[in-house]
Amino acid sequence: MSPLLTDILILLAKVVLIVNGLLMSAAYLVYFERKISAWAHNRIGPNRVGPLGLFQSFADVFKLYLKEDIIPTLADKKFHFIAPIISIGVAMAVYAVIPFGDSFVVGGKEVFMTVAPGINIGLLFVFAMSSVGVYGITLAGWSSNNKYSLLGGLRSAAQMISYELSMGLSIIGVLMLSGSLDLTKIVHAQAGGKWNIFLQPLAFIIFLVASFAETNRTPFDLPEAEPELVGGYHTEYSGMKFGLFFLAEYANMVTASAMMVLLFLGGWEVPGLYEALALPAGSPLVALVQFGVFAAKLVPILFFFIWVRWSLPRFRYDQLMNLGWKVMLPLALANIIITAVVITILQHYGIM
Amino acid sequence: MNVNHNTEKDRLNFWEKLYLPEIARGLGLTLRQMFKKPMTRQYPEERWEPTGSYRGRPVLVLEEDGERCVACSLCSRVCPALAIEVQAAETTREKERYPVKFEINMLRCIYCGFCEEVCPEEAIVMSKDYELVFTNQEDAIMGKDKLLIPIAQLQDRLEFLRRFK
Repeated sequence: MSPLLTDILILLAKVVLIVNGLLMSAAYLVYFERKISAWAHNRIGPNRVGPLGLFQSFADVFKLYLKEDIIPTLADKKFHFIAPIISIGVAMAVYAVIPFGDSFVVGGKEVFMTVAPGINIGLLFVFAMSSVGVYGITLAGWSSNNKYSLLGGLRSAAQMISYELSMGLSIIGVLMLSGSLDLTKIVHAQAGGKWNIFLQPLAFIIFLVASFAETNRTPFDLPEAEPELVGGYHTEYSGMKFGLFFLAEYANMVTASAMMVLLFLGGWEVPGLYEALALPAGSPLVALVQFGVFAAKLVPILFFFIWVRWSLPRFRYDQLMNLGWKVMLPLALANIIITAVVITILQHYGIM
Repeated sequence: MNVNHNTEKDRLNFWEKLYLPEIARGLGLTLRQMFKKPMTRQYPEERWEPTGSYRGRPVLVLEEDGERCVACSLCSRVCPALAIEVQAAETTREKERYPVKFEINMLRCIYCGFCEEVCPEEAIVMSKDYELVFTNQEDAIMGKDKLLIPIAQLQDRLEFLRRFK
């Protein structure tokens, strides 16, 4: 087989794996969302479809596929059709640069655990893509020709732009410490227990809060605030088009959690674990362990996302804007200055 | 100007304005709930057995030698929802009267229990039956065939009435 063909096949395999893995994880996030909400309410939750209700998500998706797809008469049909595609497409495109581990060697061929390995603007790509995600929501709100949808879409635009700023500024401290935008290099810079959550705790909190706002999760779910706006931007969507928005929300949640793991929790690095296992470098087994560590760090954050949703009330719009512009943004800026000053001092005395 | 100062700034103290400690408190509260036993019941498999004080579907008491009802029509008279229809007739039995027709429209019934309260013979009582589902309106009008229940099944309610009525 020619080297080009092998490369293409490996790439396709990775894409299929990630897309399916993402859809599955979104499906099971919906299941756990319902289960955890039930536990928080002293209920039992879905338990009818399959053992412990584990096949509930498939039943839900099946239902969404069979439902009638209604397009409002006065809607802008082109954009009404495109909006959910943008949402889900963007949410998935981010996974092109997210690494789940280092590379491993199979049959003399080095396989990277990323769809697009070695991209030196990985972090910028993630941020650029998550900014495009707002188009999906805003277009959905605007094209539906429904005032509630429009309000939801506008709120989403305002909210995402406000919080993107503090989110982007909060990671500058991380970038100064690692000196790279490549996510793999950022993870390697945290090796040996130098996790950024300990070095940049303020940045972590800002990033956490901003990612709640970016993924439109409670307490920042103003774009879909159901008591005020019916369903917000997806009021006029039904069937699988609504399902795509739903999937995109959960995919974004996984993305935000994965970014937190990579930037602040040391990715697949655990001090002493790989030395203790003493596996040969580059074997697929190491990659498997790395993926396991990554997932083990991802799951608690996802639980936190769901836990917060069932604990906190929604912000009011003015509170949202106050928090975004008057609290988070100055804190993020202060964090940059403090980090820069400390790094300069440490470098001056030759510690770093 | 009559301005009432009760803004968020005045109401919250420093720690509450920081949000984070209060958020942690709230999260702790929900986390505690997650480990409690569910309060819900697996309905079709686990059914709730009401006590004697429960007012379910009104039924007529059926004794060994026939129904207790003497068709005095007091229940029909007192019924606030006009759900009960009684037609009396004569019989050779000791009580001399019996209902030829006794119908309760379960779409009208409000389970107030006035019929039971007013009944001089203790012939109409509220049962424990709460699973009332109809697929058409005719099914909801219950005649004597559905209303007469053997006295043995109504002991809890009769006991309750003897003690508390």
